[in-house]
Amino acid sequence: MSAARTETFYSQISHNKRMSLLLVVIITAVLAALGLSIGYGLTGSVTAGVIAMAGAMLLAALLSSASYFNGDSLVLTASQAREVDETSAPQLMNVVRELSIAADVPMPRVYIIDDSAPNAFATGRDPQHASLAITTGLLQKLDREQLQGVIGHEMSHVRNYDIRFTLLVGVLVGSIALLADVFLRFTFWGGVTGRRGSREGGGGGAQAIVLAIAFALAILAPIFAGLVQLAVSRQREYLADASSVDLTRNPVGLEEALAKIAEDQEPLEVANRATQHLYIVNPIKKLSGTQNLFSTHPPILDRINRLRALSGQPPLDSLEARSLAGLE
Amino acid sequence: MGNLLLIIVLVLIVVVVVGGILIYNGLVQRRLRIDEAYAQIQVQLKRRWDLIPNLVNAVKGYMGFEQSVLTQVTEARASAVTAGAQGPAASAAAENALTASLRSLFAVVENYPQLKANENVMNLQEQLTTTENQISFSRQHYNATVLDYNTSIQTFPSVLIAGPLGFIKREFFEAEEAAQERPTVDLGTYGVGQAAAPVPTAPPAVDMSAPPAAPPMAPPAAPPSEPPAEPPTTPTA
Repeated sequence: MSAARTETFYSQISHNKRMSLLLVVIITAVLAALGLSIGYGLTGSVTAGVIAMAGAMLLAALLSSASYFNGDSLVLTASQAREVDETSAPQLMNVVRELSIAADVPMPRVYIIDDSAPNAFATGRDPQHASLAITTGLLQKLDREQLQGVIGHEMSHVRNYDIRFTLLVGVLVGSIALLADVFLRFTFWGGVTGRRGSREGGGGGAQAIVLAIAFALAILAPIFAGLVQLAVSRQREYLADASSVDLTRNPVGLEEALAKIAEDQEPLEVANRATQHLYIVNPIKKLSGTQNLFSTHPPILDRINRLRALSGQPPLDSLEARSLAGLE
Repeated sequence: MGNLLLIIVLVLIVVVVVGGILIYNGLVQRRLRIDEAYAQIQVQLKRRWDLIPNLVNAVKGYMGFEQSVLTQVTEARASAVTAGAQGPAASAAAENALTASLRSLFAVVENYPQLKANENVMNLQEQLTTTENQISFSRQHYNATVLDYNTSIQTFPSVLIAGPLGFIKREFFEAEEAAQERPTVDLGTYGVGQAAAPVPTAPPAVDMSAPPAAPPMAPPAAPPSEPPAEPPTTPTA
């Protein structure tokens, strides 16, 4: 028996869901703290803080709802994707159909992007309105089993309602940024600090302290929230990997696909900052090689090692070790 | 005071009755999902029966020395069709035998370059590969619905209703030992350069035939553990 512990994808899935939830709770708490401290610090009234917070959330939600309903077509057009069907891409449609049987979801619409860089993304607010886009490069470079792994990953994003989830997180982070921005402008340009007395009496010292906290939060919270948002994005990528294995029961296919995609040094021309987070491997960051807190995707080596843990294989130290081991 | 007590008792009764109805409906829905999943499997199996004669005809002319393999496939198909009417157990055994014979056929096709260049044969092979995979995934989904149902009828509070109202445990779909054996295939071509060609032995298809677990009936709310015995399909060439 190998030294590596064999995990189950069930435990990976529940771990990821717990982490995502924790991160959302953290962001919500930060938003609440910001709203309350601003409200109380400025006016001495807790109610004002709550109202400010609710107002910011409502505005952010309104702004986001447009992307919720129309985002699919915008993203697909921006990526120059063309829809395919049984006759134009039979094997791809077969693989997608197999996985929709395994996932018990309706068939998504399938698109192809004409680019030799291998990559794929999925979009859709729920499984009934899902779209998958695959590059021609991916179809050429992967075999059937590896393609299954990638499609499983993408369909899992839809099945796990990741589009909605990231939208929710986006709304929260947007609210924090909005609230902080308005507050800072209001106080710096309006010179309002200290002019408002406390209506409820006895606010003096405490109010000043809370106001100071509000300033600190207003500066730090948006950055912190952004980092948490990226952490959430990484968690959901791990979740999609584990969910793909849940569907295919074959971690090796996805592992090999990730390794192949990572090795390819060609840039994906249609990708940009706005769409980078949607792809299975970040099309922009993978060439620069930097992996840190600002990454939308986890490091590929980590993803591969998590998949290897599912099939009882020992983790690798580097991507090169993979080719040396003759697994290519 | 007496009125308050009466109200509380009435509310409790309503809660219990409504809860009971909801639980019952949930159990019925889960049971129906199992039947639907089973029917889906039958649809896929029938599709495979219909594809096989075309494949056999397409390869017959080329494979002069391998008539035994072709005969085996044709006979296995006939057995599967008749067993289809005889109930799940007989049907499952016959279908697994058919799967094994098809794998032998695919393995043999690998040795005939003129067959591999034949577009008609490749189309049929892709059709059969995808049908095999769809059968496997349908069975996997079936097992998932059975797991969901069995878990429901054994966990609290549904267990209180399930027993008296006649909800009994359902069986998982298990692959036979014979179906687990794979014919030896030239794995040197696995991976690079295989892009457009379907992988005939599609290892995932075999793994899918096995249930996701013969899961120990886990304690409530604990996810069942995936048995590490699920063999990794990495070619160890």
